[in-house]
Amino acid sequence: MSYFRAENLSLHFGGLKAVDAVSFAVEKGEILSIIGPNGAGKSSIFNLISRIYHPTTGKIFFEDQDITEVPAHGIARLGIARTFQNIELFENATVLSNLLVGRHRHSATRLWQEVLFLPSVRRAEKEHRHRVEQVIEFLDLEPFRDKLISGLPYGVRKVIELARALCAEPRLILLDEPSSGLNVEETDDMSFWIRDMKSELGITVVMVEHDMSLVNRVSDRVIALNYGRVLAMGTPAEVQRHPDVIAAYLGA
Amino acid sequence: MRFLFKTDYDDDIRLFPHSGYVFSYGVLLALLVTAPFVLSSYLMSQLVFVCIYATVGVALLVLTGFTGQASLGHAAFLAIGAYTAAYLQQFGVPFEIYFIVAGLLAGIVGAIVGFPALRLQGIYLVIATISFAFIVEEILARWESVTRGNEGMRVKTLQLFGATVPRDSPAFYFLCLAVLILTIVGTLNLLRSPTGRAFVAIRDSETAARSLGINVSLYKVKSFAISAGITGLAGCLFAHKLSFISPEMFTLQLSIEFIIVILIGGTFSLHGAVLGAIFIVMIDPFLTYLKDDVPGIIGSLAAAFGAGSARAGHIQDSVAAVASANGLKGAIYGIIIVLFVLFEPLGLYGRWLKIKLFFQLFPLYKRATFKRQKLYVKSERNR
Repeated sequence: MSYFRAENLSLHFGGLKAVDAVSFAVEKGEILSIIGPNGAGKSSIFNLISRIYHPTTGKIFFEDQDITEVPAHGIARLGIARTFQNIELFENATVLSNLLVGRHRHSATRLWQEVLFLPSVRRAEKEHRHRVEQVIEFLDLEPFRDKLISGLPYGVRKVIELARALCAEPRLILLDEPSSGLNVEETDDMSFWIRDMKSELGITVVMVEHDMSLVNRVSDRVIALNYGRVLAMGTPAEVQRHPDVIAAYLGA
Repeated sequence: MRFLFKTDYDDDIRLFPHSGYVFSYGVLLALLVTAPFVLSSYLMSQLVFVCIYATVGVALLVLTGFTGQASLGHAAFLAIGAYTAAYLQQFGVPFEIYFIVAGLLAGIVGAIVGFPALRLQGIYLVIATISFAFIVEEILARWESVTRGNEGMRVKTLQLFGATVPRDSPAFYFLCLAVLILTIVGTLNLLRSPTGRAFVAIRDSETAARSLGINVSLYKVKSFAISAGITGLAGCLFAHKLSFISPEMFTLQLSIEFIIVILIGGTFSLHGAVLGAIFIVMIDPFLTYLKDDVPGIIGSLAAAFGAGSARAGHIQDSVAAVASANGLKGAIYGIIIVLFVLFEPLGLYGRWLKIKLFFQLFPLYKRATFKRQKLYVKSERNR
């Protein structure tokens, strides 16, 4: 059994088939990239996995559990975290509180305990903070702890979103265009972090990406999509040589 | 300028970041405690209203400022608290119990109102909460067997731990002050815990909040319940302060006053609730001053600048006519809201922070520090 599996996944908006009978599997500890032209259905697949959309047909399995009916907020509790294509950070909060929200799935304190701020709450808060600091160190975010998101540049926000996802201590992470809007050095950093996430933290990574050099550097396997259907699947080199993929990109 | 050298995670958790805060809040507390022995009874009465309004302001901040759910129905929660107190009091229920019941009942009603709110956003939520407030007002007027309808209800003098606490006594003021302080501390505790962060997360991006495992519906209902519950407690004190309650006291006007409290005070910090409450309560003495003294002053000014006595008398009369015009209060509220939204969206507390920074950075302060920036385009697709 695969670690993560999508079976015959479809998402139809009226007559438009955004995702059309897509099946794929992800093995534990691998980095899988999903590529494809704009509107191919890449982000829709992510939104299906994180349950923002409900699939028209098909099932999703994670760690041998059917997660097709799990509510959207339950997905994080299972150990799946994600980032967003257009950055969905909490704009009017500090970096630190953004990252602490990432710890939400690990918080077990009750409302009345929090109102009184009992010692148990304080202990839990320090534990959360300790984990957050580890992520801050991993992604070199030390200078930004107390800054408001609304005053930070795009490249930093992108890293903070990744950090927030890592604070949830996921086992599977979905990265929606991690390098969009980043310059060459920042993209390099991102590629190192993605590989470190796999090798040091043991996280399985599924990412949507347009930057082929990044895809080539980090991916174990690649899926190419067009018009919601799978065109090709395999190693980066195989997929790039595939005639259907060349046709989709170059319009032959 | 003070630089904080943080050596422990507790430095980011504690309520007073450094000794300066302990000192200034200590002085403030000392002033508040000595107030009843210094101020006139009229000002003391106003100060009690400041405490009650500030408590409601804190409640509204939890819901509107931190969870991002607007409400124009908080007068209704106040009414529920007030009427619960007045009703239970008739049967000899002690204050310690009906005070709690008032909060709980308002909280439960708040949670029930929270459910339809799950599907509403922005202006639609405002309309829904206004409708709720009208429904409550109507019920209070019609359910005569419980609320005595438009006749209103008398509220007997407060009995606390066997002692009588008249509504204009220092003890009543201390009770209101204690409720306010405990509410603020409890809310601050909540805001530095996972629940408070979840509220802020929902305000800024529901999609992201959901993807991080926050049950958005549950937390919205929680926020409504907490906000309504605190307002219910304030309503109980409100009833005792007024000693007589009737449905026309809990109108849309009052809900709007509560919104003004947080809009003028500043929606991003609990300081805003207190500053806004002081502002709104002190508008009444200001209007009285406007009516009684200002026409005379302007009239004598006109005379001093060489206007004839007939002309000066005419000026004095027309100023008096404007100052005592009907609806002047509403007009002033409206103008104030517009001015604040346009020129000081961060409210009085935001202004205070700017003044503070000006002195901290003295020759180097730049106005552009607080210039509003354009926001990056945010995705609306995943709503």
